[in-house]
Amino acid sequence: MAADANPNPTASASALHGFFDGDVWHSFRSSPVAMGAAVIALVFFVCALFAEAIAPHNPFDLATLELMDSLKPPAWIDGGERKYLLGTDGQGRDILSALMYGTRISLLVGVASVLLSIVIGVGLGLLAGFVGGRVDAFIMRLCDVMLSFPSILVALMISGVGRSLFPNAPDALAFVVLVLAISLTGWVQYARTVRGSTLVERNKEYVQAARVIGVGSLRIMRRHVLPNVMGPVLVLATIQVASAIITEATLSFLGVGVPVTSPSLGTLIRNGNDTLFSGEWWITAWPSLTLVLITLSVNLLGDWLRDALNPRLR
Amino acid sequence: MLVFILRRLVQAVVVMLSVAFIAFMLFQYVGDPVNNLLGQDATEEQRVALRKDLGLDQPFPVQFAHFAANAVQGEFGISLRQGRKVSALIVERFPATLELALVAGLIALVFGIPLGVYAALRRGKASAQLLMTGTLFGVSLPNFVIGIVLIWIFAVELKWQPSFGRGDVVAFGAWTSGLLTRDGLLHLVLPATTLSAFQLTLIMRLVRAEMLEVLRTDYIRFARARGLTDRSVYFGHALKNTLVPVITITGLQLGSLIAFAIITEQVFQWPGMGLLFIQAVQFADIPVMAAYLCLISLIFVVINLGVDLLYFAVDPRLRVEGKTH
Amino acid sequence: MTAPLLEVSHLRVEFPTRRGTLLALDDISFAIAPGEILGVVGESGAGKSLTGAAIIGLLDPPGRIAAGEIKLAGRRIDNLPYEQMRRVRGREIGAVFQDPLTSLNPLYTVGQQLIETITTHLDLTASQARARAVELLASTGIPAPEARVDHYPHQFSGGMRQRVVIALALAAEPKLIVADEPTTALDVSIQAQIIALLKKVCREQGAAVMLVTHDMGVIAETCDRVAVMYAGRIAEIGPVADVIHRPAHPYTVGLMGSIPAMDGDRERLLQIDGSMPRLNAIPPGCAFNPRCPRVVDRCRVERPELRPVGATNAACWRPLTVEVAR
Repeated sequence: MAADANPNPTASASALHGFFDGDVWHSFRSSPVAMGAAVIALVFFVCALFAEAIAPHNPFDLATLELMDSLKPPAWIDGGERKYLLGTDGQGRDILSALMYGTRISLLVGVASVLLSIVIGVGLGLLAGFVGGRVDAFIMRLCDVMLSFPSILVALMISGVGRSLFPNAPDALAFVVLVLAISLTGWVQYARTVRGSTLVERNKEYVQAARVIGVGSLRIMRRHVLPNVMGPVLVLATIQVASAIITEATLSFLGVGVPVTSPSLGTLIRNGNDTLFSGEWWITAWPSLTLVLITLSVNLLGDWLRDALNPRLR
Repeated sequence: MLVFILRRLVQAVVVMLSVAFIAFMLFQYVGDPVNNLLGQDATEEQRVALRKDLGLDQPFPVQFAHFAANAVQGEFGISLRQGRKVSALIVERFPATLELALVAGLIALVFGIPLGVYAALRRGKASAQLLMTGTLFGVSLPNFVIGIVLIWIFAVELKWQPSFGRGDVVAFGAWTSGLLTRDGLLHLVLPATTLSAFQLTLIMRLVRAEMLEVLRTDYIRFARARGLTDRSVYFGHALKNTLVPVITITGLQLGSLIAFAIITEQVFQWPGMGLLFIQAVQFADIPVMAAYLCLISLIFVVINLGVDLLYFAVDPRLRVEGKTH
Repeated sequence: MTAPLLEVSHLRVEFPTRRGTLLALDDISFAIAPGEILGVVGESGAGKSLTGAAIIGLLDPPGRIAAGEIKLAGRRIDNLPYEQMRRVRGREIGAVFQDPLTSLNPLYTVGQQLIETITTHLDLTASQARARAVELLASTGIPAPEARVDHYPHQFSGGMRQRVVIALALAAEPKLIVADEPTTALDVSIQAQIIALLKKVCREQGAAVMLVTHDMGVIAETCDRVAVMYAGRIAEIGPVADVIHRPAHPYTVGLMGSIPAMDGDRERLLQIDGSMPRLNAIPPGCAFNPRCPRVVDRCRVERPELRPVGATNAACWRPLTVEVAR
């Protein structure tokens, strides 16, 4: 087997073509649910990315806030104004703008956590599968133990420890701790999947042959194991983004998530909760709805992706 | 089988020791252990005495052994925030959380299993599709959002149910139960439903997936080929095989319920361990955090062990070290 | 001539898929007499198992019977409502599948599974059913049946399990057994035992057998007649000795020639060039024509029907009528 033959340069172009011809794309186009979910997710993603440009107000610029405009209901209800389409909160902040910025924070933390999870999980999985022996056993034990602990607990513990260790931490550090906390709840699945694939590939003859020739383990892992696991990892990642977002929202709702100066959707919901009983429902309702829509669409996409990539379910 | 139990016990002890170690690290190095044990208001003399007592000049393993010995007796010092003994706080709050978790788990099982079976048997029909879409909502809706929505609908708008607290409780010695009073039960409804939502959808999806897998097996095909009635095939053969892994997984979920109760307790201001823990995290109240960690780990380990034993009882393949001939 | 027990006429089985409809069985016709053992042989994918599945009414969706009739003892069974067909299964037609390990429910004892089958179809008391279960285990050669009736499937070895499966198939005294590769998953040394057992108990009960397999040796040992299937059609059907020693269809000739012989000349094994066409690429006319050494133009256009050639029936325009020396 040639050590590292240059892959056919037109392979990627035809791979793209192949994708659009293939079953996955066909399955996507024939599933209105998947397409709808993708559209919704895209809308939120764009809003989050371009919040500064799109949002009608900047809710964090204290200079632009007018206390007179606080607690205004959505525009279509008596007392509302077109200027604040979805209403304002107790300090005059426009809910719609706060939503966009909040979505950005939520998505950022969610995606960052998942990426970190993947790095940790895939790394440990490769290590376990390739090295085997006691390392493998230890990592698998670790996986078992971590799996039996609910994610929220792990996240809370790490968050709590972080707070205790750095009581007056700058915001950036708080974010890092948060992302770390969430990512440590999700890496196990990746590790297991990758380990499984690694074990399978490791025992294949061409891999053994490659090792005899002297091809490095790292290269073997990169060229043979990784392509095989990309599918399941992708499915896992999509579903995990939703759960990461939920975990972050939960932590923020509980008051131990993102710092108060960068409110995510969870923080917004928490703030709104106080006024729920006095009738200002919109402060809680809109962030909640947004959160649900985001996670729903991401979950739908993940579900569809899993079915599309699973040949057995056809 | 005895070997198996012994092995699992050893594993359990190892896990508990590791957890105790982590808790110990928390106790000693995050914040001041003397503070942790005596609280903020101790005098200097008390501190010095305690320092000697604790043997903070002692080698590490001795300190750890000391901590572990204390932990086993439930002694975790004094809550930094509330100034009371941690053990007392926990004992006070534990029944509330346990009741909440148990009721939620019951709801999840009682509704989740039949719905899952239905979704599997009626696969492809509109009603089943609807159910599965519903589960997607269940998975996408965070615990607290469900709680808030329920509060809004039932407590604020319709004013049918109370929205916070536990209501009237009856005490048996150290245990307080809300199950025996109408008011207590009423207070339980919304939080338990909220907590059960996620589990319910999980169980439903699990049961459906397992059942579909089982229905594709050769022995089901063979059962049909023998002309067994649908009832026999589905509920005699398929269901039994489906429930074996399901029961064990849901057993493990009980621990998860206790943990997720943290969120529900916050939303409903339910006076349980979860609320205690959240306040501890917010205020960096290490002793409470350490105690909670150890207690939760213990619960998990016990549940895991119980589930493994359950597996033994249910699956004959594990029981008989059979001679095959 | 006694009336046939099973009559399959012009059976068509299709699989509608996203890319078009696949024709898996194309106009199959054959009959099985009471107590007869018919072998069905052919390569993987020829449609042998599907034929069995269609007969017992357990075609996996989206497969369905598109045309034709299946009659059991003169009564049509292919269009029966589900509940009636369920009663036919087990009571009139029994089935034996390939893998004994996965055919038995691991959570029930062998006795429980036997008794359940018995009481579903026969009107016996619990103790009578249990006695019969023990009897069945004994007749399939399982030692100490009174004790083993309460054992779980995992406590039996592979060969023993298949005996249990055969006992289960015979539990309600069916007149026809569809056996789909009953020995393929077993050790070679056990295969002969199981086949002999199958033959014995079926003869004892007077049950007919449709034995699906790809192993000609098994066919030669056990069957009265054999049907050779190719690409969803029957190529040749006739008495076992005639099909083996005087095959008429070129495919059968190739099949027989490719079987290694322990005795006789050690010649090169015959090999048929090419491979069986996939279901979505079956050539017009005779399905075998691209690979056939005796092909003529007519073969590529017109599909041949089964016609008597010597002692067998072959679907061929130029069948061999000379004995192939072996």
